[in-house]
Amino acid sequence: MNRYRREIAAAAALAALLATVALIAPSFFSPANARDLALNNAPALIVATGMTFVILTGQIDISVGSQFAVASITAGVLAKAGLPMPAVAAAVVICGCAMGAVNGVLVARWRIPSIVATLAMMVVLRDALRWATEGAWVQNLPRNFQWFGLGQTAGGFIIVLAALLIFAASIFLLGRVAAGRAVYAVGASSEAARLAGIDPRRVTFGVFVWMGALTALAAFVNAARFAEVPGNAGVGLELKAIAAVVVGGTAITGGRGTLAGTLAGAALLAVIGPALAFLGVNPYWEKALQGAIILAALLSEIALGRMQRHAQFASR
Amino acid sequence: MTDNPLLHAAGLSKAFAGVQALDGASFELRSGEVHALVGENGAGKSTLIRIITGAIEADEGSILLDGETLSHLTPQEARRRGIAAIYQQPQIFPELSAAENIALGCERGGLWRLIDRSARRRRAGQLLERIGARFSPDAIASDLTMPEQQLLEIARAIGADARLLIMDEPTASLTEADVENLFRVIGELRDGGAGVIYISHRLEELPVIADRVTVLRDGRTIATRAMPEIDRRELIRLMVGRELSAVFPKREIEPGVTALELRGAGCTTSGVSDVTLELRAGEILGLAGLVGAGRTELARMIFGLTPADEGEIRVHGEGVRIESPADAIRLGIAYVPEDRRRHGVIAELPVRANTTLAALDEFSRYGFLDLGRERDTAAEYVARLGIKTASVDAEAATLSGGNQQKVALGRWLATKPAVLILDEPTQGIDIGAKAEIHRLMGDLAAEGMAILMISSEMPEILGMSDRIAVMRGGRIVGLFDRAEATPERVLELALKE
Repeated sequence: MNRYRREIAAAAALAALLATVALIAPSFFSPANARDLALNNAPALIVATGMTFVILTGQIDISVGSQFAVASITAGVLAKAGLPMPAVAAAVVICGCAMGAVNGVLVARWRIPSIVATLAMMVVLRDALRWATEGAWVQNLPRNFQWFGLGQTAGGFIIVLAALLIFAASIFLLGRVAAGRAVYAVGASSEAARLAGIDPRRVTFGVFVWMGALTALAAFVNAARFAEVPGNAGVGLELKAIAAVVVGGTAITGGRGTLAGTLAGAALLAVIGPALAFLGVNPYWEKALQGAIILAALLSEIALGRMQRHAQFASR
Repeated sequence: MTDNPLLHAAGLSKAFAGVQALDGASFELRSGEVHALVGENGAGKSTLIRIITGAIEADEGSILLDGETLSHLTPQEARRRGIAAIYQQPQIFPELSAAENIALGCERGGLWRLIDRSARRRRAGQLLERIGARFSPDAIASDLTMPEQQLLEIARAIGADARLLIMDEPTASLTEADVENLFRVIGELRDGGAGVIYISHRLEELPVIADRVTVLRDGRTIATRAMPEIDRRELIRLMVGRELSAVFPKREIEPGVTALELRGAGCTTSGVSDVTLELRAGEILGLAGLVGAGRTELARMIFGLTPADEGEIRVHGEGVRIESPADAIRLGIAYVPEDRRRHGVIAELPVRANTTLAALDEFSRYGFLDLGRERDTAAEYVARLGIKTASVDAEAATLSGGNQQKVALGRWLATKPAVLILDEPTQGIDIGAKAEIHRLMGDLAAEGMAILMISSEMPEILGMSDRIAVMRGGRIVGLFDRAEATPERVLELALKE
């Protein structure tokens, strides 16, 4: 139980928030509102899932917002060129893998600190896209683009289902596949992992590719919610994803954390804005409160770290 | 020389995690003398030095400087009182100039004081000239050679008006000419009234430079003699002179086939060269030598961490190339590293994940981890190795040092290795756990495992090994059978120039 304190804290905060809303503004729990919330946040959950892998490895990827924009435009352009939607999806994922692979090479092979490497990628991708599209949106998309041509109800269902499937597959990958174990090992101590026969460079590279693939998928399902693709999608997405992971209890230094925590963190940050609106609080408070939650999560990590060190000393 | 010693340390004791590093040691240093400090690896020299420089505090005992008791000595306080230490690896700021390095060591005052650059340069120039250094105060420290960096450190110490200078193996990486210059500088410092504590494994230097010598062994002071009154043989006898206790459960095992063979193998980057060695199934081969002799480097070469680039490695008679730990594991080689807290186990992972980490492929079916089998295997090793843990799900961080070492060992036994390399397997763990690990090593050898054991503890080397290889300077300089090995012979070879 002790090991999941941080995840439990995030879940408890979410539960407390929902309970407050249930008491004061029960209309928050209308099916329509719930569906909107799920649909609006499904793409961000997919990105936060990938970000959990990156942070567990002890790295960070702040280029996901720009990757998201590039993947969105790619989806729009390919669909407009007449590709069927499954082919568009595949092409977009390949595009995401390629962007992730560039990050992976920069960090794993050339040993550039990930915050610097992905900062460069963030700027390069965003501005390359601006240059290529000249700020224009992709319009006049074929009818099978929005909601995959299935209408809002079925299309929305597919989007949420896709997010949940990706999330479930990721839990399996992290907990039940050797590669997932390697992610934890490398994040906890890269040298110790190397001495156990794991190649930290391969793991780090793989994690960035995985991040790129998930970001692209998120961009694809997000784009399908609209009739046009904007050229500036995903601004601030990296912060949203990192915040969800950190609030969910994953150690920013790597090696410790769970996807369940990320789900709780993402849900907490997703719900807080709309919940405040239902509670009649000035929406200007939303960002401040989100910031306070992130700070609380980080401070509790420091406090827990101290407590653990004390416990270790005591047991010796 | 005066009667009142410059430094008088008495009854110093210090334990680390239950291991007694110093056990009532005493030491005396006069002004105007060079006092050599010798002892085997782990005799307590570094601990004594760290106490004198204020880096750590003794559990018991007292230190008197000029007859005044120093209590709760901090590094700042030690520096203020003129105590300076120079280590084998120079502790300098590589990006700064020589003048800046010297200034950082000896200027006093707050962080907001104004800096007079030309005064810094002038003084650095004078100090460097005084000790015969031939580089400019403007030289960037990282551009200097190792001996020049050492001279820079000495200049810094003199600039700080050090009266008590500690030199830890200062000549280990110097050429003859550099050593001569260093000795001249040390001689001048002594004549100027400073006291110098000189630590060296090069016993033949001591008559040249030292006035007196103190021998430490097992954390105790064994003897202090005037240097002219003692010869090399006597020194070595004092350093090792201890009874080999019968605590080692040595078992007679008929060695089997050759499991690992090195022929002239070496690795240029890590300084291992021309190693020829044969390791047979059921045999424990002890690797003796001083710290820095290249024993860990040899282990890392065999394990593919710094791949061999010369000679030949054979596993079960077949020539192999080991380019990575994964290659080594595939060939049935396991390596339990020295620094287990950092490298042996992964503190954040539970015991079961630590157990299977080196054999994840073994525990996967169709790409999926078999968590049930992982749990069973971990429980099996917990029982077999007597690991004290709340459960196999407990994080390794919650275990004691000895139990972490057993988990690290369990991880490698789970790979079912033919060759097991143990690097300081019992360093820093308590007596009970130590005996258990020794007993286990005997069991494993009896099962036909070939074991290469690196140890800095002479009794462990002599007690556990069937054969003993002695390393110095990245080479194997001698090989003894169990019957012909004595502490004196092993140490003599390890020390020889």
